[in-house]
Amino acid sequence: MKGIIRSFLLTPPEKSSLLNIPRGEVVVKMQGITKRFPGVTANDHVDFELRAGEIHALLGENGAGKTTLMNILYGLYRPDEGEIYVGNRRVKIGSPKDAIKLGIAMVHQHFKLIESLTVAENIALCIEEYKFFSHIQDVKKNIGELSEKYGLRIDPDARVWQLSAGEKQRVEILKALIRRAKILILDEPTSVLTPPEKRELFKILRRMAEEGCGIVFITHKLHEVMEVSDRVTVLRKGRVVATLQTSETNPKQLAKLMLGKEIPLRPITHTASLTYKEAPILEVRNLYVLNDRGSLAVKGVSFEVFAGEIFGIAGVSGNGQRELIEAITGLRKVKLGNIILMGEEVTNRTPKDIIERGVAFIPEDRLNMGIAQDLSISENLILKKYRYTPFSGHLFLNLDHINKWVDKLIKEYNIITPSSRLPAGVLSGGNIQRLILARELSGNPKLIVASNPTRGLDVAATNFVRSLLIEQKKRGVAVLLVSEDLEELLMLADRIAVIFEGKFMGVLPTSKADVNRIGLMMAGIEMAKVRS
Amino acid sequence: MEHWLVPPLKVAIEAGTPLLLASLGELYTERSGVLNLGIEGMMLMGALSGFIVALITGNPWLGLLSAMIVGGLMGALHAFVCISLHANQVISGLALSMLGVGLSGFIGKRFVGIPLKATFGVSPIPLLNKIPILGSILFEHNVIVYISYILAIILWLILHRTKMGIMIKAVGENPAAADAAGVDVYKVRYVCTIFGGVMAGAAGAYLSLAHIPMWVENMTAGRGWIAVAIVVFATWDPLRALLGSYLFGGVEALQYWLQPWGIDPSLLGTLPYIATILVLVIIGSSKRLRRAMSAPSALCKPYIREEKVV
Ligand SMILES: Nc1ncnc2c1ncn2[C@@H]1O[C@H](COP(=O)(O)OP(=O)(O)OP(=O)(O)O)[C@@H](O)[C@H]1O
Ligand SMILES: [Mg+2]
Repeated sequence: MKGIIRSFLLTPPEKSSLLNIPRGEVVVKMQGITKRFPGVTANDHVDFELRAGEIHALLGENGAGKTTLMNILYGLYRPDEGEIYVGNRRVKIGSPKDAIKLGIAMVHQHFKLIESLTVAENIALCIEEYKFFSHIQDVKKNIGELSEKYGLRIDPDARVWQLSAGEKQRVEILKALIRRAKILILDEPTSVLTPPEKRELFKILRRMAEEGCGIVFITHKLHEVMEVSDRVTVLRKGRVVATLQTSETNPKQLAKLMLGKEIPLRPITHTASLTYKEAPILEVRNLYVLNDRGSLAVKGVSFEVFAGEIFGIAGVSGNGQRELIEAITGLRKVKLGNIILMGEEVTNRTPKDIIERGVAFIPEDRLNMGIAQDLSISENLILKKYRYTPFSGHLFLNLDHINKWVDKLIKEYNIITPSSRLPAGVLSGGNIQRLILARELSGNPKLIVASNPTRGLDVAATNFVRSLLIEQKKRGVAVLLVSEDLEELLMLADRIAVIFEGKFMGVLPTSKADVNRIGLMMAGIEMAKVRS
Repeated sequence: MEHWLVPPLKVAIEAGTPLLLASLGELYTERSGVLNLGIEGMMLMGALSGFIVALITGNPWLGLLSAMIVGGLMGALHAFVCISLHANQVISGLALSMLGVGLSGFIGKRFVGIPLKATFGVSPIPLLNKIPILGSILFEHNVIVYISYILAIILWLILHRTKMGIMIKAVGENPAAADAAGVDVYKVRYVCTIFGGVMAGAAGAYLSLAHIPMWVENMTAGRGWIAVAIVVFATWDPLRALLGSYLFGGVEALQYWLQPWGIDPSLLGTLPYIATILVLVIIGSSKRLRRAMSAPSALCKPYIREEKVV
């Protein structure tokens, strides 16, 4: 009871003892860390060391155990074996609260913010000094000062659900700054950012490092390691394979360490030879769609996608891509305009109807829209099939057939899991995407709608997804590919449309596209004006 | 000459106070993500233990205190089962309600019909009760009514203006995020659930020490369930719970007045529930209202940390 009262009322501002550790000294040492989950050893005797003032990249493929290792340091998981030292003192970190007391902050891969609260309230939540009766105005003032100092623009009164992914990340970083965290962990921070946001983030991290903060930067992107880190530790299948000075290594060596074998970094090249004479598979005519807040997100978009074509849509996230895709897949009401699928009007039809016409959907939000997290892997794989023969008879599921089918898909799509009975939510990001692809593509679709299908995936998984899309295209499937990764579009798409504030700034064949031109269009300049 | 509005509103407040006490507690419990359907049972146990202690000691305050302790203990049991053992909150709550009904009926047999001298009588607040009309509506009650006014305001302030309020809301909305921000999810939920029990106990004591001053088997007569409905009706806001409690308290009083006119009291008794459903329909029909007023997202969901934290 005394503890309760103290934590609510009088928590004295306990100064982190780390504040005075000079740059270059070791602040965190993890020794022999082992963590087992049912069926996998996520960390196998891992040694890891972080110094004050360095940016230390933690590199590894999907499922290598990066997040697990850092969750242990942040007190979310308890290690089965191993020791942790923070500032030379052996510590037991039993909860995030302990970690916070030690001056550790973590920006999670999927942000940990309370959507219904405001930015200021979310930040107030994690400030120890902020006492019972302190006024939220103080927190706002604090936020104001820090965002000025570090150039993190944010409205403290906005509710978190109104923010873009980039803004949410800024809130998480502000949380660390406001606590004066001495150790900052970022779990794949760039996967939700646009290129300018990314540059801004790197600048802030550099600055924090100069001020003596030790930063762990989890990623599986080699060029980011080279760009931002001082040292790099490579994990493979739960083990540390090397810790190197970034200046003494190169992407090729890192790729080899990470994957355990050589892999071509960019195997796919683009081939386009379409005539556009046949009738299109998908036709969108003058489409208007509202967003969640009730304002127009798509404003009069028209285009066609042909069989055997990948039609790319480029643009910074939040310019109407999501609403456009949800309208096409039947998840969102169309305000005005038509969607025509293989000659038939499907505007405002149900998702079930649209699926049955042969539309596969690879959503951006894998975890919530792509899978049912609590259902098993095998249930997820038959989610769109269970009601048809031979998957079920009149009354009962045909388990024999289902099991055979599921085993085949798991093998074909290389989904790594100890059992198909595990809940799909425990799979790593890359494996979740493989599961979704397996389900969607095994139905012989006519049209594939994919939204940022490689976001957050490692090299191997990215290549896998891309080669599957190419393969489908070659089979004569029409592909609508929305991506924020311009390079990906230039690599895969036959034509690229650029969307800005709900309108197409222009559509051009990839052979005539270049990064500068598209970049200008992404900023809202129409194609005709870019030319002149 | 008394204004015609005074008697009905005064009675509405009197009858609404046990509803208010219980619903304020339940509101905090639910805000932290725990549903407590055991209110009815906790109120009964509170009413009985308060009555017995007041009878023996002759001090209504000791009665109130013991009712709060008994309610708190039952809240702690609910908390242990739901929070530490991750059991189903609906089942645990229902079980506690039935337990309370049965146990209080059994223990209370010997006390039925005994008149109680140590009660909370009406004590008007001097000066304030001289305010025209409002004075006699608001300030001529027993002391628990006054306490409940202050409590509703304080609980509103805590919920919306302090860090503790943010913590409670965070735990009820997204326990994983609250955990990562260093909030002790279990502790907050325990405190809120026990607090809900304490308040239910106090609500019961109000019935047996002030409202009816005696022990009658099953004397809560469904007020615990109305309190649960009020929390929804009030869309998890203490001041709206105050409004709802007096509204439904008024409906309860109406039953007796309308009976001679041939209106069936059981029909009137359904009004709170119909009103609650109406509120739900109104909220459900607007996106904006749903964002601002819907149930805590993690209500009824146990929190286990080592589950996949992606
Ligand atoms: N709570 C859990 N329960 C069961 N298995 C888990 C849990 N958390 C992680 N795993 C497993 O541990 C392994 C390592 O996962 P981890 O999330 O640490 O990988 P990662 O390197 O962060 O990958 P990614 O790049 O996909 O984020 C994976 O096989 C994953 O399925
Ligand atoms: Mg990860």
